[in-house]
Amino acid sequence: MEILSEGIEWGTIFYSLAAFTVLMLIIGKFALKPLMGIMEKRQNQVNDDLDNAEKSRVEAEKYLEQQREELKAARVQAQETLEQASKMSEQQSRQVLEQAKQEAERIKEAAVQDIEREKEQALESVRNQVASLSVAIATKVIEKELDEKEQEKLIDSYLKEVEAK
Amino acid sequence: MSAQSIYWTPFELFGTPITFNVTTMITFTIAGLIVFLFTFLGARKMAMRPTGLQNFIEWVVDFCRGIIKANMDWKTGGRFIALAYTLLFVIFVSNMMGIPFEMATYETHSVIWKSPTSDPFLALTLAAFVVVLTHIYGIKLRGSKEYLMDYFRPKWFLFPFKIIEEFANTLTLGMRLFGNVFAKEVLMLLIVGLGASSLIWGGIMFAPTMVWQAFGIFIGSLQAYIFAMLAMVYMSHKVESH
Repeated sequence: MEILSEGIEWGTIFYSLAAFTVLMLIIGKFALKPLMGIMEKRQNQVNDDLDNAEKSRVEAEKYLEQQREELKAARVQAQETLEQASKMSEQQSRQVLEQAKQEAERIKEAAVQDIEREKEQALESVRNQVASLSVAIATKVIEKELDEKEQEKLIDSYLKEVEAK
Repeated sequence: MSAQSIYWTPFELFGTPITFNVTTMITFTIAGLIVFLFTFLGARKMAMRPTGLQNFIEWVVDFCRGIIKANMDWKTGGRFIALAYTLLFVIFVSNMMGIPFEMATYETHSVIWKSPTSDPFLALTLAAFVVVLTHIYGIKLRGSKEYLMDYFRPKWFLFPFKIIEEFANTLTLGMRLFGNVFAKEVLMLLIVGLGASSLIWGGIMFAPTMVWQAFGIFIGSLQAYIFAMLAMVYMSHKVESH
């Protein structure tokens, strides 16, 4: 192959120059320009999406932290409520016990008083009966020997004796 | 088997014959059409979610963007994306064209199918085109004063070397491409010619042909990349202040 046999091939040079230039201009104007545009658009979109994702992530983390804190607060509150309730129930039970004790005391006292009173009444009635009975006996025994005054004195002495018992 | 392109000299201009290398013209046109077709089919739909060919074209564009960004600021270099893309793609397709087969006429052994980049005029034309563009954009983007001052930097006595450099750049850029592809084609012709001489040689030369084709693909891709890369390197020397 003789490379330079015909001298400089001006025709080839001009033709390839023209062909390349035309191809470059057409491709640049009608294919690469819009293609670069869409590539840039896509890049921007991806960037935006990434930014948004980052933002959402931060927000979600914030929410999570908030929720966690709220949960902690709720737990503390629940604990407090529980403690309060147990304290209250303890107090109540103590109160009920106290009341029951007081009630029992009261009932006992009332019963004791009742007994006292009954005893008093019984004594009274016994005393009266003894008095009348002894008067009747004495009357029967010493009807004739004693006057009114002496009789009274005798009864009193008997009564004293009974009382001493 | 000597190979000779088909020449056509329709007229003379100022006493100089205007010769057309028809083989180069046809093959280069076909390379251009292939690039055009791929690019347009790939860029036709413009989907936000690219599929198939658009993916490929976008990858090539991205590759070119990488080449440009390696050399200069994208704000300055963005305008050269079409140049880098077309250079890379056309030279790659041209280099690949001669690999699967070559065609020549039976009687005169006139080649009608080959890698158009194995034509020195085409390779040097592309190189000169690139270098001229670097000068044009150097003046356009930085002003003629800055452009001229660059010939005396960093020291004034470097001026003659700077001038030589411009021609050397053009020559090496074109001759590198031409030399690689031409050598690839010559050796391919020799291997295939030997293989075609007899049945036994055909069996023996089958493997070397495959190896050389694989190497040809490697060289072709590499040279296309180097050409586009160096074009952008020269461009960055002219359009960026140092």
